[in-house]
Amino acid sequence: MASHATNPDFRTRLQNWIPKLVLSPSLALILFFVYGFIFFTVYLSFTDSRILPSFGWVGFENYEKLFRLRHWDIAVSNLVVFSGLYIFFCTVIGLMLAIFLDQKIRGESVLRPIYLYPMALSFIVTGTAWKWFLDPGIGLEHTMHLWGWESFEFNWIKDRNFAIYTVVLAAVWQSSGFVMAMFLAGLRGIDNEMLKAAQMDGASNFSLYRRIIILQLRPAFLSAFVILSHLAIKSYDLVVALTGGGPGRATEVPATFMYSYTFTRNQMGIGASSAVTMLLTIVAIMVPYLYSELREKK
Amino acid sequence: MAIASSDTAIRTGRVTRFFLYLVLILFALFYLLPFGVMLVNSVKPLAEITGGNMLSLPDVWTLEPWFKAWSSAQIGVEATGLSPYFWNSIKMVVPAVAISTILGALNGYVLTKWRFKYDTLIFGMMLFACFIPFQIVLIPMARILGLTGLAGSTPGLVLVHVVFGLGFTTLYFKNYYQVFPTELIRAAQIDGAGFFRIFQRILLPSSGPIIVVSVIWQFTNIWNDFLFGASFADLDSQPMTVALNNLVQSSHGVKEYNVHFAGAVFAALPTLLVYIVAGRYFVRGLMAGSVKG
Repeated sequence: MASHATNPDFRTRLQNWIPKLVLSPSLALILFFVYGFIFFTVYLSFTDSRILPSFGWVGFENYEKLFRLRHWDIAVSNLVVFSGLYIFFCTVIGLMLAIFLDQKIRGESVLRPIYLYPMALSFIVTGTAWKWFLDPGIGLEHTMHLWGWESFEFNWIKDRNFAIYTVVLAAVWQSSGFVMAMFLAGLRGIDNEMLKAAQMDGASNFSLYRRIIILQLRPAFLSAFVILSHLAIKSYDLVVALTGGGPGRATEVPATFMYSYTFTRNQMGIGASSAVTMLLTIVAIMVPYLYSELREKK
Repeated sequence: MAIASSDTAIRTGRVTRFFLYLVLILFALFYLLPFGVMLVNSVKPLAEITGGNMLSLPDVWTLEPWFKAWSSAQIGVEATGLSPYFWNSIKMVVPAVAISTILGALNGYVLTKWRFKYDTLIFGMMLFACFIPFQIVLIPMARILGLTGLAGSTPGLVLVHVVFGLGFTTLYFKNYYQVFPTELIRAAQIDGAGFFRIFQRILLPSSGPIIVVSVIWQFTNIWNDFLFGASFADLDSQPMTVALNNLVQSSHGVKEYNVHFAGAVFAALPTLLVYIVAGRYFVRGLMAGSVKG
């Protein structure tokens, strides 16, 4: 090391370059595989690509076709229903379990991993388990009949109008424990002195939660919302494993729509335009969030 | 992270506590039931599943479905069982986790201790990459993997997972190194230590917890991935999730539920194991990446 000291100028310059050199492979990967690819897909969405990418410019034709497709309509409205219910129930259940667990519960260390473990599973595993559990011929309905409750009926997974709710059920099962963990961490970070002061003033538990604690959890709410909406829009695996988009098209979502139009129906232009629409939705949610996160750091 | 301590100022009465425990236990059942029932049914003979009650314990205990799922079940066209796909997953996960963690550590180090103009912008671009819907990259990715000869190969999948895991690993290490005292690094610099020496001697020895977090996070995500595996893998590189889906969805012959369940348990085992052994760190990792930002 001492030998370098004789040439401090070169050494300093080298030291200034090394960090950038170290960062550059990652930056190059991201620029090419993320931003370059986004650009490419956006470009494809304005072309007449079918089985393979082609570069005949068609303007907004793909988008016009996409928005007229009933199939896409179903996918989008399913996603709205799915993500609305999914985010709502995960947040409500997660918050409730976190508040309950925070009451000096005996056996908390046993309960917490039980609530959380579904998050470690693949959506394919979750789908396999729930598909069978909800199957009327062999799962829950069948079991209730065997127990003598003959009129019990639960065949949502086979019913066009209700199948999407089974996807919600399985997804909430998988993620609500994780939301619980986020809220629990938030609750444990709240200053107890403030709560004690409010108690002295005669505040009830309910109003403590409503007026102080829930407000303090704002960052956890925000993170939960962002993560859940990002999981919801990516919800491809679970739909494939649980319902395969069916019965009929009853549980088709944009992620499955994009896949089938691009790779099985050979309508790559329309597939690309649906992917761009998905990206824009995510951008609308993520960019304000990321912007505020990065600014606070300064 | 104070998740382990449970100190709260809230006091609750007897009736309330009874109600609390009731709800908490009911939810525990809700979370345990589908997977637990599946586990129990994976050691039943098929006749007991189709004819019997899914909530009852097996009359005859058998490990037959487990052996069959592992080594002889029909996956796609071949009766190989899930074992080759299990190893495919391992061969994909290990390098992908290692490379993305190493790169993430170096990036986090640069972005916190060697700051330069526009570093926040670069970090923002990496972070945004975590959240894109992957559908937006599927078409060009398929093209590029095809052109480079990586399509359908394990190295191709490793590349994909490294690229799309980088944002998360960088985020973890950046958050972790952010609170590491910069004075120590300046002092080492004055003593003549260079970039890598500082990293190796000063930061790395205290990075244990965050390495665990990054490894667990990446391991779980990559092991559980289905979309990339289904899109870019062929028979020689198909991961466990894709093979399991093929097994469960196959339409020919009798549906051997017990074999499907055993297969699902195999697919879940590695991540569950990681979870049981190091779940505490995993939760902290999720927190570090989300609540703290």
